[in-house]
Amino acid sequence: MKDIQLTGAEILMRALIDEGVDTLFGYPGGAIMPVYDALYDYRDRLNHILVRHEQAATHAAEGYARVSGRTGVCIVTSGPGATNTVTGVADAMVDSTPMVVITGQVGVQMLGSDAFQEIDVVDIMQPISKWAYQIRSPKDVAWAIHRAFYIAGSGRPGPVVLDFAKNAQVEKAPYEAGTIDFIRSYVPIPPTEKESITQAAALINEAKRPLVLVGQGVELGHAQHELRHFIEKAGLPAGCTLLGLSALPTAHPLNVGMLGMHGSLGSNKKTQECDVLIAVGMRFDDRITGKLSTYARQAKVIHFDIDPSEINKNVRADVAVLGDCKETLAAVTALLRPNSHDEWRESFRPYDEEERAAVIEPQVHPTAGPLRMGEVVRRVSELTGDKAVLVTDVGQNQLMAARYFRFTEPRSIVTSGGMGTMGYGLPAAIGATFGAPDRTVCVFLGDGGLQMSIQEMGTIMEQGAPVKIILLNNNYLGNVRQWQALFFSHRYSFTPMANPDYEKVAEAYHIPALTVTDRDKLDDAIRTMIATPGPFLLQAAVLEEDNVMPMCCPGHDVDDMILTC
Amino acid sequence: MTDKPHITIDTAPSEGTQLYTIIVFSENLAGVLNLVTNVFTRRQLNIESLNVSPSGVDHIHRYTITTYTDEHTVQTLVKQLEKKIDVIQAQYFLSDEVFVMDQALYKIATARLIENREISKAIRFFDGHIVEVNATYAIVSKNGLPEETLALYRKLKSFGCILQYVSSGVVAVTKSQREELKEFLSLREEEGRQGQQLSEI
Repeated sequence: MKDIQLTGAEILMRALIDEGVDTLFGYPGGAIMPVYDALYDYRDRLNHILVRHEQAATHAAEGYARVSGRTGVCIVTSGPGATNTVTGVADAMVDSTPMVVITGQVGVQMLGSDAFQEIDVVDIMQPISKWAYQIRSPKDVAWAIHRAFYIAGSGRPGPVVLDFAKNAQVEKAPYEAGTIDFIRSYVPIPPTEKESITQAAALINEAKRPLVLVGQGVELGHAQHELRHFIEKAGLPAGCTLLGLSALPTAHPLNVGMLGMHGSLGSNKKTQECDVLIAVGMRFDDRITGKLSTYARQAKVIHFDIDPSEINKNVRADVAVLGDCKETLAAVTALLRPNSHDEWRESFRPYDEEERAAVIEPQVHPTAGPLRMGEVVRRVSELTGDKAVLVTDVGQNQLMAARYFRFTEPRSIVTSGGMGTMGYGLPAAIGATFGAPDRTVCVFLGDGGLQMSIQEMGTIMEQGAPVKIILLNNNYLGNVRQWQALFFSHRYSFTPMANPDYEKVAEAYHIPALTVTDRDKLDDAIRTMIATPGPFLLQAAVLEEDNVMPMCCPGHDVDDMILTC
Repeated sequence: MTDKPHITIDTAPSEGTQLYTIIVFSENLAGVLNLVTNVFTRRQLNIESLNVSPSGVDHIHRYTITTYTDEHTVQTLVKQLEKKIDVIQAQYFLSDEVFVMDQALYKIATARLIENREISKAIRFFDGHIVEVNATYAIVSKNGLPEETLALYRKLKSFGCILQYVSSGVVAVTKSQREELKEFLSLREEEGRQGQQLSEI
């Protein structure tokens, strides 16, 4: 076997299969043609989804990875193909999504000569990827692919970019099967200090007003059960970050809602009153903390994380529990004294009631006026049994979906958190249908974000991808308009938007579509969408100048939230 | 408008900062230098000096980097450096925790050297060595602490004889009694062997 010479392109195919890959998202082009030629013989084992733009390949791979826990794979060509993936690579980096992007590159003899579609991909990608490497020889293909998958999927996951020079695709080398699971310079899971476990448990046992912040790390670490045992044993109220929303069922009695800028009133108010703040797999983003200098100053902070560079980056930790949270949470739980913190938990209730009356009820159960975003989201959630995968674009659609969709299953939210990438939703939803083929995938988009990736309707058509597209159309770039209303004296600078006839657009792509404007027709429209096999576009004409509330305005203390404006 | 930015990176120490020496070990792979310097750029840190050379261990490169910053930033910096896959170890030190050495070369005009006896006196005073002389120029070599090589530069400059001046930037070894890189590597190699045994089972 060792003596059989294969082209670099064919070694790539074999190495991908050895890594368990069966789905690829990509777009061919000149410098990657030998790889696509090899792929032609592997179509039965590698399902290649042809997207309509390379950026969409990366978001589809992200959607695939987020719901399945497997590494998403993209293949694109050099030059513009590679630069079109930059946004998706950066998105996957900040949101810790495992992804391997393979970009074509000109042959080594032409590198540095400004050859056609030659661009310095590694230099572009290095600061925004977990690892970027140029494959210049067929002998390095297998090593680079196996290293890439190990790096992308282990520890804190992230994107890896392999820049595959054309000569290395066509030249031959032997292929020997095998994977990589050790790199001496890379410690995916830092060792846990025993003391940190006992110190964390002691702090929690002494706490009178504990609050847990649940991040995506719980999902990435498959620690949903461990988290539940942890909070249930000691009666710890827990709020979730945007990316951590489905790590804990929405209806769990200890779930106090989403954290941060558009999170629940109670969780943000109580952040400033808690005596022990317990962060699990989250990174204290400014959208969570508000003004950092006043954030939870009264609290002792315990920070569980797999990435040592997150410790003390934004918020100083009194106890840092490094390691795999599946293990560290269980270890701390074993040392916890049972508790219920009834009085403390009860103290959230007045805020919940205040928010419910002022914000939630009018948004979810309005009785007059145009449809509101929140009610559409909530009805879609309810009519899918709260079991669907929620994909969102970015903006008001995202925040409303995050606030009003309900989760009962883990790995159920796919959204662009750190980057806030508009245009993410539609391709990510396509990827999610391949990553979770047995689940209903609902994507909420605004009219702005849909148009940033509207070409992907072509991919949906071709694949018959069963994406349930819910367009919350308010004829505005709604979130920016909201900020203009709040902070720029209602000067709506380039946020009103003329829209096409989306039903006709969908029709052109043979995607069944329906528009709903009346409240009493909403349920029927949603039921039709769910009952229709394959993709569907449901356009909801929603209140145009609606705002996502409550809101902690940027630069304000986290508990300084406005309920109406 | 003159072509000058309003925000420049301070090269002099600003309030609350100290000079830190950061020692980084990395795999000898293409592009790692970029990775390392990127981390400094993102944290808005100016690199005072940078030296890269093979380390005492095969295939591992050693970076000695100095920068003015505060302790919180440097702590974050080294963790972000270590986060890079091919960086093996990054550590920071204050000046009294490392033994540093700088190498400087001074190219001076021979005519001035001959006409002003104070110049050769200064060179002797600062323990510099004249390593080359011809009719046009002389080359002085000096190694020592960076402030010493700089002091000789200032002195020679005051005589108006300098044609060129270059300093290598500091190289440094730690004053620690332990060799942490070697300890780390042997620990990792042991873990690697255990991992392989496990995967064979």
